[in-house]
Formats: sequence, structure tokens, C-alpha cells
Amino acid sequence: MCAGAARPGRFPGGGGYPVTDEGLRAEGVRVEFAARGRGEPARAVDGVDLHVRPGEIVALVGESGCGKTTLARTLLGLERPTEGTVTYDGSPLVYSSRALSAYRRKVQLVLQDPSGSLNPRHTVYDAVAEGLRIHGGVADERAAVADALSRAGLRPPERFFLRYPHELSGGQRQRVVIAGALVLHPSTLIADEPVASLDASVRGEILALLLRLRQDLGLSCLVVTHDLGLAWNIADRVAVMYLGRIVETGPVEKILSAPEHPYTQALLSVVPDVTGGATDPTVLGGEPPDPSRIPGGCRFHARCPVLASGAAEAAGVADRCRTVDLPILGAEDESQVACHYAERLAAEPRSQ
Amino acid sequence: MSLLEIDDLTVTYRTAGGPVPAVRGLSLDLPAGQKLGVAGESGCGKSTVALALLRLLPTTATVSGRILFEGEDVLSMTWGRLRAVRWAGASIIFQGAMHSLNAVHRIGAQIAEPILLHESVTQAEADLRVTELLTQVGLPPDRARAYPHELSGGQRQRVMIAMALACNPRLIVADEPTTALDVMVQAQILRLIEELVRDHDISLMIISHDLAVLADTCDRLAVMYAGRVVEQGPARQVFEAASHPYSAALSGAFPRIGDPASRLQPRGLAGDPPDPAELPTGCSFHPRCPSALDICSHVDPELWPAGESEAACVLVLPDQGASLAEEAIR
Repeated sequence: MCAGAARPGRFPGGGGYPVTDEGLRAEGVRVEFAARGRGEPARAVDGVDLHVRPGEIVALVGESGCGKTTLARTLLGLERPTEGTVTYDGSPLVYSSRALSAYRRKVQLVLQDPSGSLNPRHTVYDAVAEGLRIHGGVADERAAVADALSRAGLRPPERFFLRYPHELSGGQRQRVVIAGALVLHPSTLIADEPVASLDASVRGEILALLLRLRQDLGLSCLVVTHDLGLAWNIADRVAVMYLGRIVETGPVEKILSAPEHPYTQALLSVVPDVTGGATDPTVLGGEPPDPSRIPGGCRFHARCPVLASGAAEAAGVADRCRTVDLPILGAEDESQVACHYAERLAAEPRSQ
Repeated sequence: MSLLEIDDLTVTYRTAGGPVPAVRGLSLDLPAGQKLGVAGESGCGKSTVALALLRLLPTTATVSGRILFEGEDVLSMTWGRLRAVRWAGASIIFQGAMHSLNAVHRIGAQIAEPILLHESVTQAEADLRVTELLTQVGLPPDRARAYPHELSGGQRQRVMIAMALACNPRLIVADEPTTALDVMVQAQILRLIEELVRDHDISLMIISHDLAVLADTCDRLAVMYAGRVVEQGPARQVFEAASHPYSAALSGAFPRIGDPASRLQPRGLAGDPPDPAELPTGCSFHPRCPSALDICSHVDPELWPAGESEAACVLVLPDQGASLAEEAIR
């Protein structure tokens, strides 16, 4: 409970917004995509436990191709897991279109490129009201749209009703997308790279909005990103994903200040840092390997700088790195790491 | 002598809605062997500057001022001379490698094209050079036979870099070279660019909205806002101790991981970049400026020394300057 206790203003009152007990949970989720022809299927998500509690912001971090977007889509019910379950408030997702439609009132998606996710021929009003119309209207649509727009920081909302996306700046468009999600009073947002296509100065404003929504409405949020700075800015917990698995997870303060997994360490070391930092950047060669050919042993071993440097050999775990797969990390709060070397260091702190 | 000297550059686009000033009196200096970072948000005119350097602007643009490349004015060069300077003198790595490569030609042929055009070499010699270039940018030489869609984003960006190097230029201009790339691939590409410019003694101008990337890579930074440079100076000083409130906001937008001050406190800047067609009066940044004074809506300050940097902000003017400015209003 380390991260939760320190959090200010955790869903005060709720203001008519639903407050959930359990939140969103993935248990042993695997998603495979069949290959064309006779190839091996791609194991995009290869066994993931993840929990987003009510009022919590979790960052899911990794490179492109690591399966983070597939996992997010699975949590939204857009992809059906090959194995494992997604539960919401304790009950497993039902994959009928009706049940999914009801589910998506509560769990909403915010996409990365607001220019691509808004219809250029719809006004802001229509874009925001669309969700209401799909899910059965409300008594006062106009008031609901105005409320969502002003919650997303577009004030006074009436001024934006009749504008078209091309008349808005990038930051305003992203706010419209967020308003479209908020209008249904969801309890959870799943945001895929919410600021990646925005300018630097606007980025902070949108992140501040997500934090404010959590504080005012108790919204929880899963932010999918490759940006560790974003995690430091807004998330309570972070889960680092590599080739379909979560390889390190825990409270942001712990994971980003003292990462134990060599992959997290490498990701952190390449964040631009003008001060030069104490450590040289560890630039991993190549690109993440193919999810249809996940290596045996630790899935990171082929790119692992600790294994390459011989440190794993010296600690006597090199064979395990190459041959023994690591267990799936649980969805608990405390920090966990899936690494033979880190386990050895933890077992014998003075061996190095 | 500077390799590149931009003096009072103005670029105005003619549009149906009237003239739009994209660059308004910009001066920059890039000594040989240096790495200059140009920072700014979309619409600030930074890509227009890159295009103007090699006269690549559309015909709707009116350009004035001087762009001296090795002492020669690019804007008044003959076409023949300009053709020689493009690629062989200075080359550009454009943003979005996906769209800058021709989808229906093998990448080897695309890299060989400028070599064949600019140097009197045979096809075999050009092919040899392509092999060499691919190795330099960390791609296996047999990728020369690949089409762009067969490569990943990072590999395509490497191809763009190989093309930029093809004719041994003295200057490389990289426009958002790592935008849309992953952190790890971004680090690979930046490291590659840094190594290449160092080994080949090339000067570099990187254009980006990411002040952190620029500060990490470059010697000097110039921060642009609404078509002007509002601050320039040593990279570290501009990033860590900015004198202009806009540079300070840009620098604050990238959290220092581990710094408690930015934990759960993302910092941005309210408002949006101004429309170049309708710039605010006075300092064009004043409507968004967290430390704007009353006079800022009247006075448009020039660059003024601030420590080792220069900033265009009344806050850095000495007291006399501020009072002079106030007199000027009356």
C-alpha cells in the first residue's frame, strides 16, 4: 500500500461518478496471433498479471512491439485473450457485444493521435456527444457535453460546441478526445501514448489534466507509453513490459530510482540527461526480437548487458539466464522483478 | 569563419488569408565542427529555417536576409552552384523517414542516386560506397536490396542518415530525426549521429521540440518562438538555467526522473502557440508568459546578453533598458 497511502485527495465523494471496489485486472493473460502460412503464432502478450485499482494511475512502459498496446486492447475487450481472464470489479468480461458495450461505458480508451481519432467533419459537440448517443442518450445531452468539455479544460464549453477539429490546436484536440471519454462518466481511462504527438509545452498540461481527473472524479488510468518521464510525472505504479511479459513492476519512486532489471536500467539510462548523469547510457543494440520467436530462458538474455558483461557469469546465474524461464510476476503492489541476476543479488547482497 | 551564418532571415508565406510571417528576422551562427540545436514547437518556423537553408521552400514563400554557407550566400547562388552545395556541401535528414524514402525503389539505389549525380563515378564504385555507408550506419550491406517497407522505423532513419552522408557534406541538418521513434531506438540514432559527425568532422544542426534531446546532444541551443530566436547560448545553460520564460517552460516540460519537484507535478505552459498570421503585439510570448509585465504587451525586446547566453526578454534587460523601453512606449 506504499503508493496508495501517500496519494492526496483520493476520490473525495465521487460526485455521482461510480466508485468501484476492485478495478481492472488481468490474470494470466496471453494473446496470440496466428501467423500467415505455417509460421509460429506471435505471442504478443505472453502471460501478464496486472491490476489497476480504483483511483490509481499505472504506467505500462516498453518499446514498440513489446505487446503493451495489445495488452491495453485486451483490457478494453477489443482483443480476446487466448488464455487467462480480464476482470472488472471482480467479474470476468463477457464477450457479447451487449456486455462489451456496457463495459466500455466504464472503461474508456483515449488514443494517441487526436488528429486521427477525431472525425474532421464532426463538430466538437458531435464528437463528444457521440458516445452518449451510442450508449443511449441522457436527459440533457447539452449539459452533459458542456460538463465533459469543461472537465477536460475547454472553458467556456459553449465556445467550442460548433468548432471543427482543424480549428483547434493539438492540445485542444486531445482535450476533446478526453472529453469524449469523460462524457460517459467512466471509472477508468486507458490512454495509449496520450501525449506522444503533442508539443512539449502542451504535454505537461494534458498530464496535469489526467492527475486532476483522478483527484476530482477518482478516475483510474492505465497509461501506455514508452516515456519514463511521463511515468515519473503522473503514475503511482509502473509496469515495464518486454516481449509480452512484465519484467519489473512496483511503485514509481522505487522502480525509477533503483531499478533492478537490466532492461529497466537500460531504458532509464537512455532518457536524455544534460547533466551527463552518473552512469553512461546503456544503449541496447538491435530491436526487440520477434514475438513469434521468443528466446528460451530469460526472454531478455540475448540483449542483456549484464549477461554480455560477464557479471551474470561471475554471479553464477548465466546458465539459468540462458535456459530457465522466469515466473510471471504477480499483480501485487510491492516491487517485483523477473531477473535471475537480480534474484541472486537480493539473496546474497554482498556477493558483488 | 563560420560554416553557416544566417543573418536577419525573413520568410513569409503568401496564403489565401494574407501573408503569414513564418520566420521574422532570425540570425544564427554555426562555427565549423559545432553542434547546434534549434528548439521550438510546431508552427514556430524551425522547419521553414531548415528548408530555407538549401532553398527548398515552396514558391509561395518570400525570403529575405542572407544565408552564408562557407561565406557564399545561398539565397543568391546560381542554380548550378546550389546543386553542388545540396548534398555535397550540406544535406538534410528530414523528419518522417517513412515518407521521405521512395517506396518503390530499393534503398541501395536511393542512397546511390546522389553519389551518381554529384560525383563522376561508375555504378560499381557507387555500389561500393553504398556498402560502406550502410556499414557506417550499422546496417548489414545486404539490406541495400531491401525496400523501405521491409525495414523498421529505426532502420529507415539509418538509411536517411546514410543518404545524408553519401556525398561527404560539411553540414548535416537533421529535422526531428528521432521523433516517433522509441526511446531505445532514439538513443541508438542519436549516438550514431554523434559518432558520425565527430569522426567525419561534420557540423550538425538538429531541429526538435524536445529540448532534453537537444541539450544532451548539442553544444549550443537556440530556442525559437513565433519565428524568432528568443534565447541562445551554451546548451547546458539554456536547459538548466534558462533566462527566457519560454525556454524555462520548455525545459521544465521534461521531468528529471528522480527529482522530487517534478514527481506527480507535470509542468506545462497554458495556452497555445500563436497563429503566425495574428501575432500578439509586443513580445509575442506575453499572453502565455507566467512572468509577463505590463510593458510586455508593448515592447518586443531584441536578444540581450544574459550570462553566457542571450535572451529576448525585458526581464534580462538591465534597469536602464527597462526604463528606456518604458519611455519608448510613452
